[in-house]
Amino acid sequence: MLAASESAVAFPILTSLVVVPIVGAMAVLAFGRARPEWTKLSALVASIATGALSLWVLQAFDGSDAGFQFVSRHEWIPVWGISWYLGVDGISLFLVVLTGVLFPLVIAGVDPHHDERPYLAWLLVLEAGVMGSFVSLDLFLFFVFFEIVLVPMYFLIGGWGYDERVYAATKFFLFTMAGSAFMLVGIVATALLSRESTGGVTFDLVALAESGALRVTQGRWLFVAFAIAFAVKVPLFPVHTWLPDAHTQAPTAGSVILAGVLLKMGTYGLLRFGVYLFPEASVWARPALYTLAVIGIIYGAIAATMQTDLKRLVAYSSVAHLGFIVLGTFALTDQAVTGGVMQMVNHGVSTGALFLLVGMIYERRHTRQIAELRGLQHVAPVFAGFFMVVMLSSIGLPGLNGFVGEFLILIGSFDTARWWVGVGTTGVILAALYLLWAYQRVFHGEVDDANRNFAELRPREGLLLAAFVAITVFTGVYPKPMLSRIEPSVNALIAHVESRTDYVRPAHAEANSAHDESDDSHDEAGD
Amino acid sequence: MDLTADFVAPTVEWYALAPYIVLLGGALVLLLVGALTPRWPRGWYAMLTASTAGAGGVIAALQFATLADQAPRTLAKGALAHDRFGLLAVIALCVAVVFTSMTTSDAADAAASHAAGGGASPSGDSLEPYSLILTAAIGAAVMVTANDLVVSFLGIEILSISLYVLAASDRRRSASQEAGLKYFVLGGFSSAFLLYGIALVYGTTGQTSLNGIATVLSSEITVPRNDAMLLAGVALLLVGFAFKVSLVPFHSWTPDVYQGAPTHVTGFMASLGKIAAVVAVVRLFVVAFPSRADDWRPAVFVLAVLTLVVGSVLAIVQTDVKRMLAYSSVSHAGFMLVGLEAAGHLGSASASDGVSSALVYVALYSVLAVGSFAAVSVVSHGTTGATGANAAAGAGASLDAFNGLAKTNPVFALGFTVLLLAQAGVPLTSGFVAKFGVIRAAVSTESYVLAVLAMVSAVIAAYLYLRIMVSMWLAEPSSARRTVSFAGRVTLATAAAITLVFGVVPTYLLRLSESLTSLAR
Repeated sequence: MLAASESAVAFPILTSLVVVPIVGAMAVLAFGRARPEWTKLSALVASIATGALSLWVLQAFDGSDAGFQFVSRHEWIPVWGISWYLGVDGISLFLVVLTGVLFPLVIAGVDPHHDERPYLAWLLVLEAGVMGSFVSLDLFLFFVFFEIVLVPMYFLIGGWGYDERVYAATKFFLFTMAGSAFMLVGIVATALLSRESTGGVTFDLVALAESGALRVTQGRWLFVAFAIAFAVKVPLFPVHTWLPDAHTQAPTAGSVILAGVLLKMGTYGLLRFGVYLFPEASVWARPALYTLAVIGIIYGAIAATMQTDLKRLVAYSSVAHLGFIVLGTFALTDQAVTGGVMQMVNHGVSTGALFLLVGMIYERRHTRQIAELRGLQHVAPVFAGFFMVVMLSSIGLPGLNGFVGEFLILIGSFDTARWWVGVGTTGVILAALYLLWAYQRVFHGEVDDANRNFAELRPREGLLLAAFVAITVFTGVYPKPMLSRIEPSVNALIAHVESRTDYVRPAHAEANSAHDESDDSHDEAGD
Repeated sequence: MDLTADFVAPTVEWYALAPYIVLLGGALVLLLVGALTPRWPRGWYAMLTASTAGAGGVIAALQFATLADQAPRTLAKGALAHDRFGLLAVIALCVAVVFTSMTTSDAADAAASHAAGGGASPSGDSLEPYSLILTAAIGAAVMVTANDLVVSFLGIEILSISLYVLAASDRRRSASQEAGLKYFVLGGFSSAFLLYGIALVYGTTGQTSLNGIATVLSSEITVPRNDAMLLAGVALLLVGFAFKVSLVPFHSWTPDVYQGAPTHVTGFMASLGKIAAVVAVVRLFVVAFPSRADDWRPAVFVLAVLTLVVGSVLAIVQTDVKRMLAYSSVSHAGFMLVGLEAAGHLGSASASDGVSSALVYVALYSVLAVGSFAAVSVVSHGTTGATGANAAAGAGASLDAFNGLAKTNPVFALGFTVLLLAQAGVPLTSGFVAKFGVIRAAVSTESYVLAVLAMVSAVIAAYLYLRIMVSMWLAEPSSARRTVSFAGRVTLATAAAITLVFGVVPTYLLRLSESLTSLAR
């Protein structure tokens, strides 16, 4: 069971993960007037400090413990049973680390075109919001972070984006907010309907999930309410239409963060607040979610193939990749869910890097149209090399990170979602099609005059991309440290589902698992 | 026969009546002393008004604090209720009066300088608007605590007549005159509905006091004699109050009057008028007609749905900021009705949550409204100075006037943005706390449909606030930096601070709201 265990670490490290960026944002605003040269420095210090804290969490994390660690809990609004309740487990650990690492890289590597001060302040507020939603164990607190993230992102897209930025930002805000409208009602209803078995109204995730007080119909309706919010955020077909616009119009840093961590709030939410809170409904809703996920995979891939704009292409590829993650999440086998969690991180790294590269192309050529780019490989070979590695990781080439996650998802889902996997696997081939074809059109061929002066990678850009590539290669070659930290929590989550429903993991999927013994004991406890 | 022998003079509870007396005293001092003395220096009228309302609010707050251990009771032979529910409303409306009186001098100056052709002009301050503001406050205070239909009507009329005149108070603009007249005609119409409703209810029950009506209705064991007449009376009362609260389909005066009235008066109507009407209607239905809850609750449900959806949909297609905020206030009224609907589920243990959540909503909204309209007032007057023709046409405040405000007045724009985000219901603002309370009440009485519809309409309305934010933050400035008066800055800063404080640490307010539910009967 995912019972929260009080950690021995007295330092409120998870709270600091949220507070430090906020302090940084205030410092940016405070220093900016008097000392403009300190603006970026203070933003960097704050984001690097947050990154270091997240790495400390990673280092101090007990990989054998499936429960929540570093738990910190304080009363916030006791009248409503709401508390400042944070904790991290194997599922959220790497998302926290990803957030902690991605933000300093983006702040250091990408400069805005104007108004640096508010830009950096919004980025740091965004970081606090994202961190908060990954570590919240209180439904209300999670909702607060989930919603508050919209505000900085709205201003980042609207203020520093491209031509259609106001339209894209507004669409992003309204779509996501419309989804969360249902979730808010769902959150309140969950807490109120379980109040008798939890002993008073509480929004404590663990207490609510363990109480299991909801009747079957109630659980299903509430699951739907939550799933709508997360489906918009992921985004799942058919509520994905905000994503291409938001991605395309966002400034480079915005796209990286959006793809890297914001979309993960949806898939993470499905896992943490969908599967954990409503196990019966998750098992019940699997066919629908598989179908939507597979439609997303195929549709995203086909749409990506047809794009003429390089950034839109990458945006649609996100729809396809996120479809894999949702497929894995609801397959409910150890490998598939672990692969899903891992793929959340992988997608963040590789798609984030792709957006960086597309941003660099735009900086140089002031166009994102594939048709106007040609033969860049000849004038910028190093640039092309980085693009190739990142692209291959996105396609899922063995030896790079994308392969590990995708492979685990597909192999793990085969037992529980065979037919859907059969269709979904074509998405892997289509990914190769659209990305390789785009690479061919942009980097191969003869250089024309417009592209002759395409500048080679600058050292700062190279360092930035090297960091991404290093993560890509490391997790691709040696994923064990990551997988071994994710698996216990995933295992406990699936055991939780088994104990609440008549769902049973396929036997041989367990045999392949590294945690046979613990699986068995959980099964018995569950039955 | 000696009639005086039976006459027992009611004991006057001076302390409990002190808020009304203070407000009345302030109004009388303004009228009498102000009329007999030469024009006071600029700001003095405002100072007197604000301190009167402040004193009234402080006394009400003291009573609120000491009432905790006393049971709610009635004053003046059952005419007025003395309970925490009413006292919190009195405090909220005193806050609205303080804010409004602070912005009134600026508005008067701007109107005077416009009349003088944009040049330097003597202060436009005069005592009439201030005395009307205080009279309106008395009316509102009577309304929120009235425990008798006749007293309630008295409060409504005092409030409404003051507001009619205030709406028409910008004598130089024909739009203001038109707004006043429109408000007067439709307001008179709704008063007729109310009176007829009161008459029918009295005809059925033989009572005008709210608890008396409730006693008569609940003591009927058999099929009531005149149920059709009673229900017609209840329906007419609902219609009358629906006009005052501006619920769809009785809202049509709102956008025109809100647009035409001087902006600070619009803020006053949206805050004080809303508090008075919403609190009065909640008290009326919860105290007097609990036994007919199954009859009025569906009507409230329908009104709430219509108000939420129509209000927010029509809000987003407007181009004038005052009209936008007018429709948004209609949509907010829908949220308050969600609370009333929840209060109508008498079988549910959580029905009382509905009562307190509606009051908390309207109290928090009144701060947002008064702050937002103060900001609109500053921006539209700034434009008046630059291009007088616009204001002369009575065009209110077009969205374009907000273009690039963040570049010319960043701190001011930030304050206004906080208020807009709060109205949209973004977490960590008071608007979210208010919405959450109402939704919680609706969900705990299992009105899931209403809760979902309310949240969806909040999303629709969010587009409107985004549009204003887009103009402020993302458009190029259309005019030079606006000078914001000290009072304007204080108003906006205080409103934004209240919004954030209650948004981040709502515990205190929510603890208070738990004690709001025992109404004087």
